[in-house]
Amino acid sequence: MPIEVLMPALSPTMEEGTLARWLVKEGDSVGPGDVIAEIETDKATMEVEAVEEGVVGKLAVAEGTEGVKVNAVIAWLLEEGEDASAIGADGGDSAPESAPENAGESTAGGAEGSRPESASGPDTAGPAVAAPAPAAPTAPETADIAGPDYAGETAEVTVREALRDAMAEEMRRDGRVFLMGEEVAEYQGAYKVSQGLLDEFGAKRVIDTPITEHGFAGLGAGAAFAGLRPIVEFMTFNFAMQGIDHIINSAAKTRYMSGGQVSAPIVFRGPNGAAARVAAQHSQEYSSWYAHCPGLKVVAPWSAADAKGLLKAAIRDDDPVIFLENEILYGRTGEAPTDPERTVPIGKAKVVREGADVTIVSFSLMMETALAAADILEKDGIAAEVIDLRTIRPLDTATIVASLKKTNRLVSVEEGWPFAGIGAELCAVAMEQAFDDLDAPVARVCGADVPMPYAANLEKLALPDAERVVQAARAVCYAD
Amino acid sequence: MPSDAAADTGSATREALLSYYRDMLLIRRFEEKAGQLYGMGLIGGFCHLYIGQEAVVTGMQAAIGEGDSVITAYRDHGHMLACGMDPKGVMAELTGRAGGYSRGKGGSMHMFSLEERFYGGHGIVGAQVPLGTGIAFAHKYSGDGGVCLTYFGDGATNQGQVYESFNMAELWDLPVVYVIENNKYGMGTSVERASSTIDLHQRGAAHGIPGEAVDGMDVLAVREAGERAVTHARNGDGPFILEMVTYRYRGHSMSDPAKYRSRDEVQKMREERDPIERVKALLTADGAEEDALKEIDREIRAIVNRAAEFAQNSPEPDPAELYTDVLAA
Repeated sequence: MPIEVLMPALSPTMEEGTLARWLVKEGDSVGPGDVIAEIETDKATMEVEAVEEGVVGKLAVAEGTEGVKVNAVIAWLLEEGEDASAIGADGGDSAPESAPENAGESTAGGAEGSRPESASGPDTAGPAVAAPAPAAPTAPETADIAGPDYAGETAEVTVREALRDAMAEEMRRDGRVFLMGEEVAEYQGAYKVSQGLLDEFGAKRVIDTPITEHGFAGLGAGAAFAGLRPIVEFMTFNFAMQGIDHIINSAAKTRYMSGGQVSAPIVFRGPNGAAARVAAQHSQEYSSWYAHCPGLKVVAPWSAADAKGLLKAAIRDDDPVIFLENEILYGRTGEAPTDPERTVPIGKAKVVREGADVTIVSFSLMMETALAAADILEKDGIAAEVIDLRTIRPLDTATIVASLKKTNRLVSVEEGWPFAGIGAELCAVAMEQAFDDLDAPVARVCGADVPMPYAANLEKLALPDAERVVQAARAVCYAD
Repeated sequence: MPSDAAADTGSATREALLSYYRDMLLIRRFEEKAGQLYGMGLIGGFCHLYIGQEAVVTGMQAAIGEGDSVITAYRDHGHMLACGMDPKGVMAELTGRAGGYSRGKGGSMHMFSLEERFYGGHGIVGAQVPLGTGIAFAHKYSGDGGVCLTYFGDGATNQGQVYESFNMAELWDLPVVYVIENNKYGMGTSVERASSTIDLHQRGAAHGIPGEAVDGMDVLAVREAGERAVTHARNGDGPFILEMVTYRYRGHSMSDPAKYRSRDEVQKMREERDPIERVKALLTADGAEEDALKEIDREIRAIVNRAAEFAQNSPEPDPAELYTDVLAA
């Protein structure tokens, strides 16, 4: 039977890619380890190796094809004695997609084993081919977003590009701004967020650090004390726990401890929350950790426009800002303002969808879940108002309370753990500031109160989904 | 072994010696007064006195210039006075009053003066080391030619973040001088009981950072070594480590009875190695009049008494201060 070569997933979150180049042609003999093709994502280029011996029977995808889905058949290898006629009428032998026999494996080298695996990371590349790709999100892509008061031009960008553009614009504007972190410069960012910055700004301002989060979090805070405006990238916020002493004890508290004399205008940024299939130490949502602390601002954008505008605002801010990104959102696209003076104010939530029956409050990636739930609820005749917090601290309680006065019902949606989480804070806000407006107890939809499991089914159970949000909304509406 | 480079040479001018004498005496008398006020309940919380170590900051301060910066840990009163901060403002911070450098919100361990380029006053052991490295980074980034003196104790030399900082400082040739104040005890644990190797000036060897041990009870030896280290850093040759072998006469903090060392050990240091007596002897040998030195004593006592008075009369911070300075206005 011909062997299928499948489009590999290069990272836990990759859904599709470009088949950039074939390095073999039909009729060539290949053996295990031979590089047969190059594929590209928006983050990286990787080689695909054959893992079995055979003759290339047919190339199913032409060079340069974009949008090739992970796990799609890209070629067939013929075993000894077979000829191309063994490949079925639709090109192959019509093996069901759910049971692929894969013969492809991608490789890459270089990065450290325990680091998170982006498209550019190595460890996911091989085995990920055999695993079914994560299902494409059903939620809408980031919507329009420049805001009603913006009349300038916009451009469609990924969240990744929006963040890069924000940093580049602010670095052009202010010579004190610099970026430091692991792999931010020559590697162009572990998640390719800093792509191109080294070329434009040079090694003085785009600085590769050793893998020493405690050290460079403190170094950044010290540089901020002395008048610079550092952007410190954590490869993910999981690793920021190594440096959290400096984030809290040094950056957040010094203005107060110095009676206002010394401040730390610094941005700590990087991906936060669960990616996919990277288990407990690499999947954690930190918003409530940082939001607990006076002296910090905490921002967690969802849309491309907000990612850009809020990061620009964070860099200009005179206080330390925790800027929580999301790996899965990096590839999402949306319209973002091109005007370099356009920022989005920290501390303002946004009503993304209006509705009169129930208020759903969320932020970051969970906005997709909240909006998907709102779609389902609409079909059932329940009009949900969906609020994107955008900033976690300071919390825009006015927008939440105004919505509650209209809907009288509140559902919070977050990826983080329930105990002392953002939802718990929203419960307190609702009780303290809108008690008389509530027609039902607030419902929280949170991540499961467990370390993140690895197994695909368990991981799915650990994260909020639209169905759970729908159930919570129906419950507070007494709809069942 | 501590170097004897400048010891006993009397190489300093009379004017310089008088200046060091005055500076060290100010720290000594200030700390004694702080101890008294603590005993009277006017100073609260943790209070770490610098008595015995005065030559270290005094000598290092003589080795740096106006554009240089200083950061240290929580045994910081001496550093602030050496940097030129007003004793009144320091003492009033110790008493938690509005006239203190942090308007009463920082206390003994958390004081700053941007004017004097003093960046604190940090309460977490070792945390000031990456912070000081970052200040040095800013000096280099802005090209202002400044050097950051980053002080820490023997106890902090076993902190991981110290080595993360060493690595980056050497990797990037940052203008930082790491001044290890080895007073022989990290709280109650002697260096020998806490450290696998006790030559602390060699702790940068793995990173290629030069280091040397210095007699931290000799202000001239400190200054001389300090000048070399600062020049090294200022010239773009990267960090330098100075291990100041010194001694604190008092406990770790006011609440430490110091049972981990003998009375004799302390007494011997006081009698034989006291940094102030050492300079006084040099001055006397140089022909300075006893009366002139006594006059300095009187001046210093007056300054310290005025600081104590100010610190007791300055009002407590306004209750509204509770919620100020959390974020930028």
